Amino acid sequence: MSKFPNQLALVAVATTSVVALSVGLSERAAYRADLAAAEAQAMAEETQAAEASAVAEAAEAETVVTEEVTEEVVAEAEVVEEAVEEPAEDVVAEAPVAEDAPAEEMHAGMAFEGGTSRPALFVGAAWAESHESPMIGELEGITFDLGREALPEEVAAWNIDIRPDGQGLPVGSGDVWTGEEVYIENCAMCHGDFGEAVGRWPVLAGGWDTLTHEDPVKTPGSYWPYLSTVWDYVHRAMPYGQAQSLTDDEVYAITAYLLYLNNLVDDDFELSNENFTEVRLPNEDGFFMDDREEGEIPAFSEEPCMENCKDSVEITMRATILDVTPEEEEAEVTEAAAETSDEPATEEAAAEEAPAEEGATEMAAVDPALVEEGEGVFRKCRACHQVGEGAVNRTGPHLNGVLGRTIGGLDDFRYSGVFEEAKAAGEVWGPENLGAYLADPRGAMPGTKMSFAGLRSEDEIAVMIAYLSTFEAQ
Amino acid sequence: MDMKFKGMKPSRRSFLTGAAAAGVGSVAATVAKGQTAPDPAITELQDWQVYLGDGVDAAPYGMPSKHESHVVRRTVEWLTADNVSSINFTPLHELDGIITPNGVCFERHHGGAAEIDPAEHRLMINGLVDKELVFTMEDLMRFPRENHVYFLECAANTGMEWAGAQLNGCQFTHGMIHNVMYTGIPLKLLLAEAGLKTNAKWILPEGADASAMTRSIPIEKALDDCLVAFKMNGEALRTEQGYPVRLVVPGWEGNMWVKWLRRIEVGDEPWHHREETSKYTDLLEDGTARRFTWEMDAKSVITNPSPQAPLTHGPGYTVLTGVAWSGRGTIPRVDVTLDGGKNWHQARMSGPSLNKSMHRFYFEFEWDGKPLLLQSRAHDSTGYVQPTKNQLREWRGENSIYHNNGIQTWYVNEKGEAENVEIS
Ligand code: HEC
Ligand code: HEC
Repeated sequence: MSKFPNQLALVAVATTSVVALSVGLSERAAYRADLAAAEAQAMAEETQAAEASAVAEAAEAETVVTEEVTEEVVAEAEVVEEAVEEPAEDVVAEAPVAEDAPAEEMHAGMAFEGGTSRPALFVGAAWAESHESPMIGELEGITFDLGREALPEEVAAWNIDIRPDGQGLPVGSGDVWTGEEVYIENCAMCHGDFGEAVGRWPVLAGGWDTLTHEDPVKTPGSYWPYLSTVWDYVHRAMPYGQAQSLTDDEVYAITAYLLYLNNLVDDDFELSNENFTEVRLPNEDGFFMDDREEGEIPAFSEEPCMENCKDSVEITMRATILDVTPEEEEAEVTEAAAETSDEPATEEAAAEEAPAEEGATEMAAVDPALVEEGEGVFRKCRACHQVGEGAVNRTGPHLNGVLGRTIGGLDDFRYSGVFEEAKAAGEVWGPENLGAYLADPRGAMPGTKMSFAGLRSEDEIAVMIAYLSTFEAQ
Repeated sequence: MDMKFKGMKPSRRSFLTGAAAAGVGSVAATVAKGQTAPDPAITELQDWQVYLGDGVDAAPYGMPSKHESHVVRRTVEWLTADNVSSINFTPLHELDGIITPNGVCFERHHGGAAEIDPAEHRLMINGLVDKELVFTMEDLMRFPRENHVYFLECAANTGMEWAGAQLNGCQFTHGMIHNVMYTGIPLKLLLAEAGLKTNAKWILPEGADASAMTRSIPIEKALDDCLVAFKMNGEALRTEQGYPVRLVVPGWEGNMWVKWLRRIEVGDEPWHHREETSKYTDLLEDGTARRFTWEMDAKSVITNPSPQAPLTHGPGYTVLTGVAWSGRGTIPRVDVTLDGGKNWHQARMSGPSLNKSMHRFYFEFEWDGKPLLLQSRAHDSTGYVQPTKNQLREWRGENSIYHNNGIQTWYVNEKGEAENVEIS
């Protein structure tokens, strides 16, 4: 059980509710102010003749009376249309006057009592921009008496969201071992026993120190800032296709297990609503508020060169080299898809059908008990490998007769470079190198395409080798 | 979402397929020049001139001409693990004007497209409000509505191109966008109906689908221009766009426009849910990540010619066109270059110039039959100018997946075939 060195990252904090939400009010206010300034500037610069004309027209409009509403709108629409067609330079100067108009009119519209006055709201805000209608104005104190009050049970049924400070967490608990069971049952077929992922499903564990790499692996352990996100997401959306089928305690247990898979807690850890906010994820401080306003946007707001901007131009990269664009023709698309298919769902189905009993007759010198255990462990491989009669290549090569077979030895399977090298060197699978590969695939054969974290124990490796040895090449 | 932007499945497509498919055009063009024999399209009676066409109601809900059946959304299979939590792309190279027809608006689902009976749909507002409310669709239809044209762009649009030119076709490089007219209720009216408490600072819209999508949105935006929309381009929202009701968050990344909207919670802090932590955060070169990068930067792309829409007519007058948009305003200007950025020309803008909407530009020119390196560069109403991909990489590195608004280059060879390239 020592696949993952236990590394305690359970940080007890003085107060439970201080999970820092980095978007402080002041920061946000500043951001908003910047935005408003930018918008104001944009409007000032950009007020086109047409807009000005329309706005000016609206500014002149008198207080709107209900009956006149329709006419008024039509009239304005016409004005706008004209304005768009024939931009009248001279009204630009009047634009500032118009800017105050909407608010005033708004209040005029709202001064009416009773249902019939409400349509005035539409006209109230005037044409703020040329060819665009206004947003309905401020509505202080105005309500429509629509909808009904939500009952507490209804709110409780839908209000399932969890926040980093623990708000929303139900009472409950679950430990790593329970979590493993529930996870293997409900999640491993897609996310892999160790969160390493099967095929292209999301990876849930590992990826430490990869955030600066060319291919970062983002997991709760390597990237996610808050544990509450794990609880919330698993609870609301997983297992995929069976959302919200887990009990609260099961979600606590799975969350504990995912912490364990990410080396963040020991195997005797139990997670509950009580200790939840004490668990902090390593990358909590790895995020900061959008700062494009401060650097990029000014840098990208300079008048660009229009003429004689460079002496020579070279093509530095071409998409045709990669050639990953889907085919246009329907037939070819299907063919290509079938050819390269490692679509997990069908693979699993196919793997399920592959008879695994076959080996039973062949196991001459091998301990039947080991083989039986090995068959159990092979569950972890089934999503990608087939054995037995009729076994074919899936995401991984078929494994009939793999012991004694040249590494990367199947002609009809496309292996990774490291496998091709081993094949060229004439290397053959035996218990030793296979054991090393199964214990740590990427460590033993760096660059291998097998996205599998490795078998956990010597025992599992031994029974696996025993099991595989029962399948002869066909 | 689990998109893999680098690992790739090679396909056997030659990038010229598009050109071959468009062969019909070049035949017609050849005939037009130096016509000697009379054109049978004129001299011979066509069936449709003789026999009656379909009566009314042959198609109670009309579909495009069968000759347009190639105008469809397309997906890129290797991007995602399955086609349920997946994405497809708008065929930008087949469209013109600024409005995207409903049937070809790109789709992105996290738990498939929920089929919702509107009679069983409810919208709840809860949290920091005076009165927690429940609305039926009927209730919603009685609120004042507005009409606005807005683009919706997925933050991952062009995300596959961070490390370099990868996909051949603007549908695939830029097709996670659509632009439609929404009819909807200003969100602020609904919030006012419930009555915001003074400490209301954020909202959390939530979808009714199997992914129960959630995003934190600051209250300032909610009270500004967000809509709770039920119509697109005049008709009910399409199932895949959130029928019966979705959130519209103008100018901000598409993931926030929660579809199948069932609940809006009001709170005093953001929730930091999966789609704003694990996803939709922009990882920079030093391993730190930006969060809450909501606004979509100004961007443009030439849709014709492009890899799926080559020049088939040979040298002569031609129409270059494309689209541009900005999450911060309008697009008063687009520049176009034919020589890879040595010299630029202002394109002609055409059609309505609406806030946070797509804009259409054209640049007509006489093609001399020599290779072209085409680029377009959008300027938005704040003065922001669309950067080159390398400028962007200087700020962001290559790992941020989202918000790639760099200038796109198409290389057009002597035959008129176009290819996605990057240039110095
Ligand atoms: C996620 C898919 C996946 C899983 C799960 C997986 N494998 Fe593999 N396996 C592969 C791939 C892909 C290769 C080819 C490796 C290469 O080319 O680098 C491979 C290669 C191998 C090989 C070498 C075969 C040869 O022809 O040289 C053996 C043996 C093997 N796997 C055993 C196992 C066992 C045993 C398990 C379960 C404990 C397992 N694998 C789990 C995908 C997988
Ligand atoms: C049938 C395959 C499948 C099963 C089973 C499944 N998941 Fe998932 N999981 C997915 C897919 C697909 C996604 C991405 C969904 C999306 O794109 O929104 C995902 C996403 C996740 C994520 C977020 C990953 C990230 O990087 O953002 C977590 C955490 C997760 N699943 C946990 C679980 C747990 C726990 C279980 C078991 C209770 C489970 N899943 C069962 C397919 C599956």
